[in-house]
Amino acid sequence: MHQRVARDAKPRMLMESLLGALTPLFATLTALLVGAAMLLILGANPLEAYSAMLRGAFGSTNAVADTLVKATPLLFVGVGICIAFRGGVLNIGGEGQLVAGAVAATTVALALPQWPGWAIIPLCLIVGFLAGALWGGIAGALKAYLNVNEILSTIMLNMIAVQGMNFLLRGPLMDPVQIESGSFIPQTARFSTTTDLPRLVPTRLHAGAALAVILAILIYIFLWRTTIGYRIRAVGLNPDASRAAGINVKRYMMLSLVLSGALAGLGGAVQVLGLHHRMFTDGSATGFTGGAGFNGIVAALFGKLHPLGTIPASVLFGALLVGANQMQRAVQVPSSFITALNGLVVVFVVGSDILSRRRARRRESLPSAEVPALDVQPEAEV
Amino acid sequence: MTDQISLQQRRIERVEMRGIVKRFPGVLANDHIDFEVRAGEIHALLGENGAGKTTLMNILYGLYRPDQGQIAINGQVVAIHSPANAIRLGIGMIHQHFMLVPTLSVVENVALGLPSSRGFLLDLDVVTERIRHLSQTYGLKVDPAAMVWQLAVGEQQRVEILKALYRGADLLILDEPTAVLTPQEVEELFTTLRRMAREGHALIFISHKLHEVLSISDRVTVLRDGRVVKTLPTAEATREDLARLMVGREVLLRVERPPVKLGDPVLRLEDLWADSDKGVPALRGVSLQVRSGEILGIAGVSGNGQRELAEVIAGLRPPTQGRIIIAGVDTTGWSPERLLKHGLAYIPEERMRDGVIRDFSVEENLILKNHTDRPYASGIFMNFGKIAEYADNLIANFDIRTPSRDTPLKNLSGGNIQKMVLARELSREPRVLIAAQPTRGVDISATEYIHRQLVAQRAKGTATLLISEDLDEILNLSDRIAVMYEGQIVGIVDQHEATVEQLGLMMAGAHRT
Repeated sequence: MHQRVARDAKPRMLMESLLGALTPLFATLTALLVGAAMLLILGANPLEAYSAMLRGAFGSTNAVADTLVKATPLLFVGVGICIAFRGGVLNIGGEGQLVAGAVAATTVALALPQWPGWAIIPLCLIVGFLAGALWGGIAGALKAYLNVNEILSTIMLNMIAVQGMNFLLRGPLMDPVQIESGSFIPQTARFSTTTDLPRLVPTRLHAGAALAVILAILIYIFLWRTTIGYRIRAVGLNPDASRAAGINVKRYMMLSLVLSGALAGLGGAVQVLGLHHRMFTDGSATGFTGGAGFNGIVAALFGKLHPLGTIPASVLFGALLVGANQMQRAVQVPSSFITALNGLVVVFVVGSDILSRRRARRRESLPSAEVPALDVQPEAEV
Repeated sequence: MTDQISLQQRRIERVEMRGIVKRFPGVLANDHIDFEVRAGEIHALLGENGAGKTTLMNILYGLYRPDQGQIAINGQVVAIHSPANAIRLGIGMIHQHFMLVPTLSVVENVALGLPSSRGFLLDLDVVTERIRHLSQTYGLKVDPAAMVWQLAVGEQQRVEILKALYRGADLLILDEPTAVLTPQEVEELFTTLRRMAREGHALIFISHKLHEVLSISDRVTVLRDGRVVKTLPTAEATREDLARLMVGREVLLRVERPPVKLGDPVLRLEDLWADSDKGVPALRGVSLQVRSGEILGIAGVSGNGQRELAEVIAGLRPPTQGRIIIAGVDTTGWSPERLLKHGLAYIPEERMRDGVIRDFSVEENLILKNHTDRPYASGIFMNFGKIAEYADNLIANFDIRTPSRDTPLKNLSGGNIQKMVLARELSREPRVLIAAQPTRGVDISATEYIHRQLVAQRAKGTATLLISEDLDEILNLSDRIAVMYEGQIVGIVDQHEATVEQLGLMMAGAHRT
């Protein structure tokens, strides 16, 4: 009997994983189709709009570079999200962790202007990494030892991080020039150029993008090739069985939030060192992060919570963000349309994921070749 | 429809299922099955898990529709589209999991969903009267005013039967009705069933327990792989015949337990207390010891502290009082990790929750407890070559039927999942093994295999604590038998002195030694 299963299973599994990989792509196309209808209502030509978008995202070297620059923080956050979600904890604190990492790196960069690049850059990155780890770790400790829901705590930690950032940028870290001139714009001075991340090509594209890709690969290896990653995944899939098997569930839950936060924090440090070379605020987290803390979650889900899948997913969302600006200019639609389009993509992707998972569950609950009928409730028939 | 109305007046004399075929994706659950039951007989439907018994009965009860074949009642072909339809035709079914509302009384449960004789007003007094009448006729002792949540499992089952009778069921399908009962409750149930048959009801009794089928039924139909192997009068069948028909080969029903030289006590419990999840004491002073090379069976009706006992020893539940000593070391309060390094193996009662990670592959599950040990890991890196070798070895040695070691565990059958757990636990050469319900929901061939492995482990000197609600299993495997009742050990007897009656009385708390 199990011989027959073996033969049937292979091609079916291949088909399914192929279908699984293509589902988010179809969902995106469907979202763009709905977006096209909205464009028509707005009186714009959808074809023109989308071709402008494509040009904006990939039309020139600069466009591609901008897309990748936008994708970089998404990838840092997204890879972190992969760890957290695989470990069974929902980290919604990407924004706060990005900010924490950025503020920490900024402080170090401003404090040590004389240090040479080979020393100051790694130092800033490590400090950003640790600050993010701390920010995630607080939520992790609360979850593991006091049973505080991590969704709530990470969101609240976002607020705390933003207010901390506002305080520092309006106070101790504010650019002295701003104070002298009396304009009081809440931003720091430009860092010493020794802290600038190297450029990859003569565009805005910086080495942080490469670092993000390398980390995605390393985290893939970490999750699937090491005993620690194995334990994180085990705890995420079944904490009861993990505990019975001698795994310290609390410790690994906390670890997955620490690592998740650390990667976002590193992403924050890379943003200030590679792109802005200073830190600034408009009072909100999004003003600095551009929403990467949330969009990174979407990118990770889009990439099926796989670090390698998150790489193309981040590029896609980066392209959407960059291309949207071009589209806005080309067909004169209100900027809120861009937000709506982004939202549509998210809704369709997340929705398609839920649907395909439900489909899989239904198939599973129907008797498979090895486990016929038993007491299957006739869910599928009613 | 007119057929069905005319049928309602007449009692069911004969139900025939002819050439029933039911396909599910990738499997033929029922393959041209012919089955017949007559008024006044108890017809047993025997087969392993997955043989197609429940599918066939779900078709008869209108839960599934057959792909081919027909059902005829008293010779008239009928279409059964839903359970409501089946009930109207006089067919009732008692499921393995009861469908009762715990917060309502017995009467309310029986009346639920039926029209009242007083329109919008409840007629519970009328219902109560009829329930009294039915209980008397069939010997179903139930207090109609009692709340269902207060009833023991056996009583709840009687409520289910009353519900079906109240709805005018002439044909009653019972899906593994004895799985949850004590031996005494089983006897009571059988008395009721015999009386119902005498009153002219037709009964279908689904089971995979041979001795029950032999003692209760008039005829047996054996299913295997979705086909009818044979239908025969029970009087002409023996245990061995039925087992062979069911499995398709000779089966050893009793495991040989060669004498073993007992060693020192390896597991000792001293006055152990622990709370249940609800925070009330579930273990109330348990003391016992298991020696090397011994299997100590823990018998008892579920919910008398067996689960808590297993969890406390496995380090998953803190004891509130008392000591656990394994191999001379006080391990009270140790973490599961330390305990398993100290030689404790644990086959949990709820294997899908506590024993396995269903979305992991077979290989990943096999390595769950030793993935950090050499040679399966060097430093933090897993050594997949060695792990694959180890997994393939266990898959072969423990006869785990799986397409490959990379198959997700959830795709395996219950018996094979349990063999995987067994392989993982026994391969670590444990000093102490806690086996909780090791063959629950597992088919007869896997059960036979698991029993042999447990006995083989005993020969290697492992001290085994076998917790089971299946008295046959306990009697078959144990050297000594302890009976648990309300969190205490009410008595310990030697296997060769134990009788089912005596154990049953102790399990019901009636008898303390």
